Amino acid sequence: MPEARPRVGLFVTCLVDMMRPSIGFAAVKLLEDAGCRVEVPDTQTCCGQPAYNSGDKADAVTLARNIIAAFRGFDYVVAPSGSCAGMIVKHYPELFAEGTADHAAAVELGHRTYELVSFLTRVMKVQKVDAQFAARATYHDSCSGLRELGISAEPRQLLASVEGVSLREMTDSNVCCGFGGTFCVKYPDISDKMLEKKLKHIADTGADTLIAGDLGCLMNMAGKLKREGSAIKVRHVAEVLAGDMATPSIGEAE
Amino acid sequence: MSSRDAMLARIRSKVSKGNDEARRAAVDAHLASHPRNLIPARGIGDDEHRLRVFTEMMQAVGGSVEVVNDINDVPHAAADYLRNSNLPAQLRRGQDAVLAKLPWHRGTLEIAVGRAEESDRASITRAFAGVAESGTIIQTSGQDNPTTLNFLPEVHIVVLEAANIFASYEEAWSKLRGQFGEGTMPRTVNMISGPSRTGDIEQTIVRPAHGPKNMHVIIVR
Amino acid sequence: MEASAATFPANVIKALADSQLQYAMTETGPRFQTKRSVARDALPEFDALRDQSRDIKNHVLDHLDIYLERYEAKVQASGGHVHWAATAEEARAQILEICRKANARVVTKGKSMISEEIDLNHHLEANGIQPVETDLGEYLIQIRNERPSHIIAPAVHLTRDQVEADFRKAHTHLDPNRDLTEIPALVEEARTVLRQKYFEADAGVTGANFLIAETGTSIIVTNEGNGDLTQTLPKVHIVIASIEKIVPTLEDAATILRVLARSATGQDFSNYTTLSTGPRRDGDPDGPEEYHVVILDNGRSNVLGTEFQDMLRCIRCGACLNHCPVYNAVGGHAYGWVYPGPIGSVVTPALVGIENAKHLPNASTFCGRCEEVCPMRIPLPKMLRHWREKEFERHLQPASIRWGLRFWAFAAKRPKLYQFGTRIAARVLANMGHGKGRLRNVPLASGWTKYRDFPAPQGKTFQQMWKERAK
Repeated sequence: MPEARPRVGLFVTCLVDMMRPSIGFAAVKLLEDAGCRVEVPDTQTCCGQPAYNSGDKADAVTLARNIIAAFRGFDYVVAPSGSCAGMIVKHYPELFAEGTADHAAAVELGHRTYELVSFLTRVMKVQKVDAQFAARATYHDSCSGLRELGISAEPRQLLASVEGVSLREMTDSNVCCGFGGTFCVKYPDISDKMLEKKLKHIADTGADTLIAGDLGCLMNMAGKLKREGSAIKVRHVAEVLAGDMATPSIGEAE
Repeated sequence: MSSRDAMLARIRSKVSKGNDEARRAAVDAHLASHPRNLIPARGIGDDEHRLRVFTEMMQAVGGSVEVVNDINDVPHAAADYLRNSNLPAQLRRGQDAVLAKLPWHRGTLEIAVGRAEESDRASITRAFAGVAESGTIIQTSGQDNPTTLNFLPEVHIVVLEAANIFASYEEAWSKLRGQFGEGTMPRTVNMISGPSRTGDIEQTIVRPAHGPKNMHVIIVR
Repeated sequence: MEASAATFPANVIKALADSQLQYAMTETGPRFQTKRSVARDALPEFDALRDQSRDIKNHVLDHLDIYLERYEAKVQASGGHVHWAATAEEARAQILEICRKANARVVTKGKSMISEEIDLNHHLEANGIQPVETDLGEYLIQIRNERPSHIIAPAVHLTRDQVEADFRKAHTHLDPNRDLTEIPALVEEARTVLRQKYFEADAGVTGANFLIAETGTSIIVTNEGNGDLTQTLPKVHIVIASIEKIVPTLEDAATILRVLARSATGQDFSNYTTLSTGPRRDGDPDGPEEYHVVILDNGRSNVLGTEFQDMLRCIRCGACLNHCPVYNAVGGHAYGWVYPGPIGSVVTPALVGIENAKHLPNASTFCGRCEEVCPMRIPLPKMLRHWREKEFERHLQPASIRWGLRFWAFAAKRPKLYQFGTRIAARVLANMGHGKGRLRNVPLASGWTKYRDFPAPQGKTFQQMWKERAK
């Protein structure tokens, strides 16, 4: 265990902030249950990944500096997203020249930044959660969390501890769903083809609930599932681990 | 400036940091010492281990292997193989001294000597080496074992002396350097792992494509 | 045949609507992926060999000028000739000249991506020389007048029915009633037709997977044996290779060979790995009388010493294509030029200019599978991102995307404005959802809503609710 009651800065991420605050509150509950003190700096905006991935390095640098400043002093920074956490951990150091104070600050922030589920298991040593959630679920590995941060076993381990959740693996759970940030609006036809394959693998499992750790991917998959009238419910892993069955699933109303 | 000099000058301008002497020394030292990199453990072991791994790997890629204890048994084994393959008892070989001395009459085989001709159905060569880690035969070009024998006939029989089965490619390189000299190679070194194949239509593996349909290795213990 | 990287979006729409292609692509990626994964698992040293392979090539690139000189000297010492071509045009002219001197009328060819890059076949044809591709996949696309759709499996986009139809069209001298329904029959027919070409050919052209500086040796790797017949039977063997194919020693070649076939086809080793050094020697009963190597730059030296240098480590195994969900959705032709897939999206802009290939670096979700499987550990997403930076600097991206990004970044850099804006947006979009939890149409987001609904926001932002909770 780390020091008692570490002080955690929650990096809400822009999608969760604007689209689905319930994920943020689920994250807060999980962190507090694990013994963390959670704070939410209100100067945080976006990690800058959209700018960085669009080749706009100058804006990415400015936004990174903002996040670095916003989260100075916390024991840990935790985001309910592998993609945004990956941006900080893997890419912030690339934004600044080695040897500069900015670079040192980026590296230092990277060392204490985690994606939510892997933070719970790796740092807080959480092995199971005390939650109930009725779902025949399948888990999609979002690319950044999987390949930039090596998150794969952790969400499955914790999901398996939720009372009422049964997990079934889909084929190619580690293959991209076609979201890719601006990719999905720039190349909607390719994105849709990728999504079509993903949804087939999901349907083949017979699951009634699709779970993943990144809201971008979830909105993408939910968007097509709902367009097609599928009854499969789409949930962020934090909501399930927190036992939040009350909030309507993604793309559905009360 | 010639195209050559212009190209080299351009490359040099991109990679040189004013340290050409040191870079040249690094290159020459590396070429002279040609150090070995990591060698997989798979092929490494005693004679029996190498023979066994070679055999497994060659069979896995569609070749066949038999072991004889006396090199004079090769003609008989080759004749049997051809008979079982419904091929005429005819073989083409090169001038390899070891093959030349074999009692070919024992197999009642008709032997032709030289490079492969279009009409040849089967050839026999003596391998320069075998490599256990991937079930690979190494042949060197020349009048002893002409390169065409490895490719034109539909059946390629290879005589491989067990002592020449190495764990890795690197040991074969050492033998090459020992025989041909540092930095010197025969015209062609063929590394062959099984009979010819293609997967170019619907990724379906079909044998043969352009080379031999069958590769049969006779290991002489 | 002239698709272009510049028309990528149109190429994509065509590819997605091509049912034959989509059928052919269904199994391609998964099969290649499984084969690689089995081969990797069977070799515990695989990842360590990848590291060493990367280091070998990095060392070569840092010393490329010197290794090329050492290589050239060794080729000449073994009786071969080296020709230096800065451009595709020079390479074509040099090859034509060699063929003319040999009075060549028929030239057989082993599989070579460089040949595709310099469009050699059309040049030879235009000058009265018949080029004959002998790799089955290359032969299939040659008779269709297409480009390869994959680096190692050029005809992977075709089905057996298409091949049968093409053979019936191309091989009119054969019995029209012959049975070609099974794949082995198709392969047998190609073997028979091409066997004659090997004997007719006056020159054979092959590529090279590696050029060994220590010995002046070129290496080709095939499974069919076509490259060997191509380079052994004619009087003249011409090797075309690009500058970055150099490896220092036999040992270094062995290391990279161990990762090449496993990454490409999932074989431990390809069927035929052939090392060629100079022309036939005194007393040799076979082999070419002349041996030429054409070394091509064609823009590669531009990336040396830049943030793009790592792309020159590529050994053209195709693993990044096989694992790429975008490639597996659209196939290789959509990329519009010679090299498809992630490595194509990195290499093509370098060789044809980013302004002519501006879509390619953007057609990636950065999912990272390419980098994960690359045997040479090329950071492909990073290279793609570098191209996007170049595009951004030169305003090559569509104005709508640029302005959208600028607008968003303006707000995101101002936390108070940002929070104000997101509160409004969340409220407006939630209301537009009309209590259905999703939207069918969203202004300015047709790319999203073309195929998907847009899940509506919950109505308030997290920051807003967090502050309310704190009160």
